[in-house]
Amino acid sequence: MTAPSPDGLRQRRRRHHRRVIVPLTVVSALAGGAVLSGCGQQRDPDVYTVMNSSTDESYHRWDAQTLARCGKQLGVTIEQQSVPAAQVMTKALRMASSKSLPDVLQLDASEMPTFAEAGGLIPLKDLGLTTTDIPRGIVDFGSYEGTYYGAARTVNTLALFYNKDTLDRAGLKVPATWAEMRSTAKKLTTGKRYGLALSAGGAEDGVFQFTPFMWSNGGDETKLDSPQVAGALDYWKSLLKDRSLSKSTVNWTQADVNDQFMAGNAAMMINGPWQVETLNTKKALHWGMARIPVPKAGDDSVGPLGGGILTVPNTGDGAREKMSAKIIGCMSGEQEQITYALNSWMVPANEKAAAVWREKVPELAALSGQVATARSRTAKLGAGWSSVSLALQSAFQSALTGESSEAALKRAQQRATSGN
Amino acid sequence: MSTTAVSAAAAPAPVTKKAAKPPNPARARLRRRLAQWGFIAPAVIFMALFFGYPLVRNIVMSFQDYSPSTFFTGSSPFNGTDNWSNVFNDELFGKALWHTVLFTVGSLIGQFCIGLGLAVFFSRRFPLNGILRSLILLPWLVPMVVSGVVWRRILDQDTGVLNSFLGMVGLGDTPWLTSPGMALVSVVLVNIWIGIPFNMVILYGGLQEVPKELYEAASLDGASAWRTFRSITLPMLRPVITVVLVLGFMSTVKVLDLILALTDGGPADSTQTLGTLTYQNSFVQLDFGAGAVVGNILILISAVFAVFYLRANRNEGK
Repeated sequence: MTAPSPDGLRQRRRRHHRRVIVPLTVVSALAGGAVLSGCGQQRDPDVYTVMNSSTDESYHRWDAQTLARCGKQLGVTIEQQSVPAAQVMTKALRMASSKSLPDVLQLDASEMPTFAEAGGLIPLKDLGLTTTDIPRGIVDFGSYEGTYYGAARTVNTLALFYNKDTLDRAGLKVPATWAEMRSTAKKLTTGKRYGLALSAGGAEDGVFQFTPFMWSNGGDETKLDSPQVAGALDYWKSLLKDRSLSKSTVNWTQADVNDQFMAGNAAMMINGPWQVETLNTKKALHWGMARIPVPKAGDDSVGPLGGGILTVPNTGDGAREKMSAKIIGCMSGEQEQITYALNSWMVPANEKAAAVWREKVPELAALSGQVATARSRTAKLGAGWSSVSLALQSAFQSALTGESSEAALKRAQQRATSGN
Repeated sequence: MSTTAVSAAAAPAPVTKKAAKPPNPARARLRRRLAQWGFIAPAVIFMALFFGYPLVRNIVMSFQDYSPSTFFTGSSPFNGTDNWSNVFNDELFGKALWHTVLFTVGSLIGQFCIGLGLAVFFSRRFPLNGILRSLILLPWLVPMVVSGVVWRRILDQDTGVLNSFLGMVGLGDTPWLTSPGMALVSVVLVNIWIGIPFNMVILYGGLQEVPKELYEAASLDGASAWRTFRSITLPMLRPVITVVLVLGFMSTVKVLDLILALTDGGPADSTQTLGTLTYQNSFVQLDFGAGAVVGNILILISAVFAVFYLRANRNEGK
């Protein structure tokens, strides 16, 4: 730049400057503009979107088939959008702020209260869906503060899975009480094999697995430092002390538990029906399913209700919302429920559908009994569940790794109270 | 670059040029200014949009009640320092801060010492040097989450490969990830494993720059290997060491994916760091205000070290 140059060169250089500046400025402006305006989205009048967490190939395919049938019946095209389960909530919130919510949103039932509280959901009854033939517990499962926001197609819960061959060889019966489970697990623990496997991992998996013990013992998430909750935790500790549970339990997810059971490293496990598809890939494994044992004979075995519910997010377009409700009506219709339940090994939400289903899969009868008494995690705390869940995870992990149950739970209750 | 008095005096050529070309020197200067800004503009706009905006937004958010309903109503009332006091009153924050310090210092020391050792080792010539060196790069190529998942299997107390291997010498019951006292150590060890290649590659590069004559002179003077390393290698490597440590610090202090894959912050919160706490606050509890507070603290810590780094570099240059 500093070298003296003949006039012609200077001219050319100046022109060159302009040639560079203009495109550069245009590019920056375009880039900026694209970023700022990229969020708005026009909806296609005949195309409806359903967002769910069916990222597994099989679940995605089953849902696609359901949506194809429902779309044909209602005369619209329904597109499926699947995101990993842990991201559904945050993705949906982002879509809410950019006004691009899907027409139907499948949420995990434990997340629905947060979304409903934020004003993001339309009550299904306002859109013409009824709750006839749906058991009270499952209506509550899809409700927040008495308003029905989410229709379940199927529900699931936890059960005790056992290796039939191992139990037969040892001449043991399937345990029904805590004492029986403790002694059975102890007897089945030999060499590399543990009597029982469960997940006490530091995430919702572990809390989900703790609830049947807590609830069956009369404990409650509203008072974590009660003797009943401590009793349940002490029972877990006793299993660990007997060496019937692996020490790695605190580091296992429910999928890890299933892997251990399939590998023969555990004779029994606490797990859910969504594992059945994987379990059945191992032909040599003969498994059975029973209700989760209770503290004393005659107690109710109260498990956690799990599963997704179909909701209509508040998009502000009344006509589309009505059609969305029709799509949910079709997806959760009796026949679709049975199809989905048979595919996914879960229990139909509708009573009539469940009756048909029980005849078709008698081996899962234990599950439908367990579902009948199961409870929703968020029924009592609603959107406050997540902070209690985090406090509880920390508590049972502390207790299982040495602390006393009382002290750990006392701290958890304090943390849960201050966190709200 | 600018036409200030100093640069004009230093480089008289353009001044004479301008004198030779009288038609409107002001316009020419303006055009030149515009040209300069035209080149800078994309970078400035990019920085403002993708760094400045989120940064400012995050700071503002930490003083707001930013809940899920904000996404629908768009309203996020300011709540003063509520988020900050909530975070500071949470006992988990103190723990997470302490774990972050241990994790960062432990990882940096381990990565750096082993990385430097390997770099010195590979700077000698021997057969298979190149192949071995590229093999050591492998941990760098594996995505963090994949390393985490694989190491979780390896470190499993009962069924892990490491314990069955250690079992042969009678040490087979180490609770790598299952004891609150041990889990953080294991996480640090895995992170060291991941960080070694980066340290080795950069330090190896730095070693190539050290003039060979210095070593020759040292050996002629009869310096021992240790003395040579201390008096030649280390001082010559100093600028590279600063880069390695500062970059290593920045990537370690905010680590998230590795811990989530290995322990999920457990057992009993023994591996919660500021990174996992931000994630937990924002995406599990959906308390975005609290998440922003911890995020800001992380940024602040990194910024302090960035300043140190810039100062150190400026001194190098002088």
